Amino acid sequence: MAMTARQRAKVSLYVQAGIFVVAVAAVILAVDWKTIGTSVFNFSKIGPMFPDIFLVGLKNTLIYTALAFVVGLSGGLLLALMKLSSFPLYRWLATGYIEFFRGVPALLVFIAFGYGVPLAFGVQWDVNIVVMVSLGMVASAYIAETLRAGLQAVPKGQMEAARSLGMPHWRAMISIVIPQAFKIVLPPLTNEIILLTKDSSLIYVLGLTASQYELTKFGRDGISSLGAGLTPLLVAGAFYLVITIPLSLLARKFESRSARTKR
Amino acid sequence: MNNSTGSTSTVQAAGVNIKDLRKSYGSNEVLKGISLTVEPGQVVCLIGPSGSGKSTLLRCVNLLEQPNGGTINVGEFEATDPDVDLNRMRRNVGMVFQHFNLFPHLSVLDNCTISQIKVLKRSKSEAAEVARHNLERVGLGHLADRFPDQLSGGQQQRVAIARALSMDPQLMLFDEPTSALDPETVGDVLAVMRKLAHEGMTMLVVTHEMGFAREVADRVVFMDAGVVVEEGPAENVISAPTQPRTKEFLRRVLDPTHIDVVED
Repeated sequence: MAMTARQRAKVSLYVQAGIFVVAVAAVILAVDWKTIGTSVFNFSKIGPMFPDIFLVGLKNTLIYTALAFVVGLSGGLLLALMKLSSFPLYRWLATGYIEFFRGVPALLVFIAFGYGVPLAFGVQWDVNIVVMVSLGMVASAYIAETLRAGLQAVPKGQMEAARSLGMPHWRAMISIVIPQAFKIVLPPLTNEIILLTKDSSLIYVLGLTASQYELTKFGRDGISSLGAGLTPLLVAGAFYLVITIPLSLLARKFESRSARTKR
Repeated sequence: MNNSTGSTSTVQAAGVNIKDLRKSYGSNEVLKGISLTVEPGQVVCLIGPSGSGKSTLLRCVNLLEQPNGGTINVGEFEATDPDVDLNRMRRNVGMVFQHFNLFPHLSVLDNCTISQIKVLKRSKSEAAEVARHNLERVGLGHLADRFPDQLSGGQQQRVAIARALSMDPQLMLFDEPTSALDPETVGDVLAVMRKLAHEGMTMLVVTHEMGFAREVADRVVFMDAGVVVEEGPAENVISAPTQPRTKEFLRRVLDPTHIDVVED
């Protein structure tokens, strides 16, 4: 039987829709709705989460993310410049750092600085410091690669033109290369913030006081205190989306803008 | 505008003196002992097949390429002296690139003022005045507030010339300034360069525009495979070349549709 391309496309569409309907029906039939209603979608008992989920959970998640990003951005810029340096030792150090911190799980870094430092040196760091150091150090490694790629994406002719006008190398970097690189890295940098927002949840492994809870820890605390099963975690998850989806849209906007102004 | 009263009259023209210049990339020697003099106020055109080393030679003059041997003097500066103040020397040497290399994040006016402000420490208003004057000179005063990506190639190249002129250079280097342009915008750029030449600017120009070279250049230098094959007054080199390689090159350039049955 010979079908035209249009007929084949129609059949393919019907097959895909059929698979979807079957899959949804299977889920509906298989799920124990009564249990789910009390343990996952039990929104009747989550009242006590408010308003503290804003005042403590959301606030702390934002603070931890911001601290890590500030450290990550400055550390990342330093590492990126080291990696592009003409002095080989700097390049090696930066490469070693980046490979190490991109290669180990962020969770291990949290444990190392949260429990290892007190054990080794007998000092108890404030939780903000632990976040800045551990998440900041991991973020530096990722951001460094982003910034390096951005700096290298600026055409070589830009530096040559600037130097030909008598600018010293540092001046050409500051006035000509870095502003252009910054535009290029805005979308990936925004994605970096999204990753940091989520990774800030790893701090749950440390012993936190109630006022230090961020969204995930706040949600886990609700699991044990509210008797609504996993519902508090679902609420916490929704709050992450409140942060990350706008950032994601922002990144897309930056992307389309830089695509438009591309010469 | 009157030819003899260009705004460069307050700036003295500088000459270039190149002696036995050598440059290699690895084992590939692209400049094999070039000697060349450009007197102050002269226009010298470098012609030759691609890969002959013309652009490398030009880029050595303001040390965008580091020579491996020989000496280069630009005005009072010895460019090849390891202790030379490169940034100070480059202020006096305007460079125009094949691909313009305008700063895309800055307006046309800011392209022409940023180095005046950051390097020459001119005030913003003074720099803007100089920039507008030079944009007028290249016929683009009305585009000062545009951004580079809003201009045609020919307009961008003229802005690049205005940007270089705004530093009051004593010498201008042009690296195939019309090679990346649409044919219909080439004329505007050449007209600006012709005007500069008449105003007494010292110019060293790498070009494939034989008409421009014949009309404007005081001297033409033909290079091939890293050496100067022939040089002299434009009329002689272009209209009556003596070296076989020069004849061959000019025959190809002036009659590109000519089909060489023997070689192809």
